[in-house]
Amino acid sequence: MDQIAVHQDSATSRDWPVAIYRTLKSFGVAQVSYVPDAGHSKLIKLSHADADIKTTVLTTEEEGVALSAGAWLGGDRAVLLMQSSGVGNCVNMLSLMASCRFPLLTLVTMRGEWAEFNPWQIPMGRATPQAFEIMGTTVLRLENPDDAEEVISAAASLAYDGDQQVAVLISQRMIGRKKWTKETH
Amino acid sequence: MSASTGTLDRRAAVKALLAERGDLLVISGLGSSSYDVFDAGEHPGNFYLWGAMGGAAMVGLGLALAQPKRPVLVITGDGEQLMGIGSLLTIATKQPGNLSIAVLDNGHFGETGMQPSHSGLGARLEVIADGAGIGNVCEIADMAGIEKFRTSLRDLGGGPRLARIRIAAGEVERALPPRDGTYLKNRFRGHLGFKVS
Repeated sequence: MDQIAVHQDSATSRDWPVAIYRTLKSFGVAQVSYVPDAGHSKLIKLSHADADIKTTVLTTEEEGVALSAGAWLGGDRAVLLMQSSGVGNCVNMLSLMASCRFPLLTLVTMRGEWAEFNPWQIPMGRATPQAFEIMGTTVLRLENPDDAEEVISAAASLAYDGDQQVAVLISQRMIGRKKWTKETH
Repeated sequence: MSASTGTLDRRAAVKALLAERGDLLVISGLGSSSYDVFDAGEHPGNFYLWGAMGGAAMVGLGLALAQPKRPVLVITGDGEQLMGIGSLLTIATKQPGNLSIAVLDNGHFGETGMQPSHSGLGARLEVIADGAGIGNVCEIADMAGIEKFRTSLRDLGGGPRLARIRIAAGEVERALPPRDGTYLKNRFRGHLGFKVS
């Protein structure tokens, strides 16, 4: 692989939040809610800058589940952004989505799985897929930046057209190591 | 014991709140609030929660943002709102002018044996809402207050609002709305003109 190709590859990798944003736009997503997260920071910025998307910051993740239900009642498609550490907070509220067969699309950046520095992140990260699955939410994985459009598109169809609750877990490897100190490990 | 326990009859208060409702859309919190809204008159623009405790105001926010030209009223109890207390802060960040929250406050968890709630033990939800940034808050203790609040709901630029309605703590007979969530969802969306896919 020559130098230019490598450069292009890394540019593509950096732009996966843009690929997600474009895919959400193509599905007509009109509401985005989030609990702040470094991995989602670019998508959150893009969402706030878009006048056609109503972007809401939450105090806790389950608020975004209920918000997504209300949005759908009113004819809006919504997306919930969070980090794996907040998934457990959603478990009870997911019963709302299952009971009413409300679409839910949530994009979850993973912690506790790849080069994790903070042991406190590991239990919830490890339990994240099961926490969704016990409530009937379908779990898809996004491991490779180049697959962003395809995976998000599949998840959005399953949610909005199939009336399902769908979580896309975005690999911690895509987000990169968190820099805690200036030292290298 | 509690300064927050009021005298208003909850059924009469909710019925008055929903009189001449026009294009008002209503989300009701689980338990007695859903029974009160159902008892006031079945309507396809009612979405009754039977679970999801703490979620009523956020369902209302998602709806209010999606339907900015329709007034949206969340009718819920003090216990339900307390469980989702952070949602008042979230709603305040969006300042949805068409969203109003009526908290039927009897100071107790009525559905589970009338244990005193935080509200009954001294917390004041309208003060918390004001501190969260919901500028239009009030405390209602009589039917004149209900009527004033009802007429204010039509002003789509006046929200978000929160009214703490001081109802009596007595038990009332249950009036059970439909429990099938998918039916309630599709009925509500149909009322707004969305087809069932």
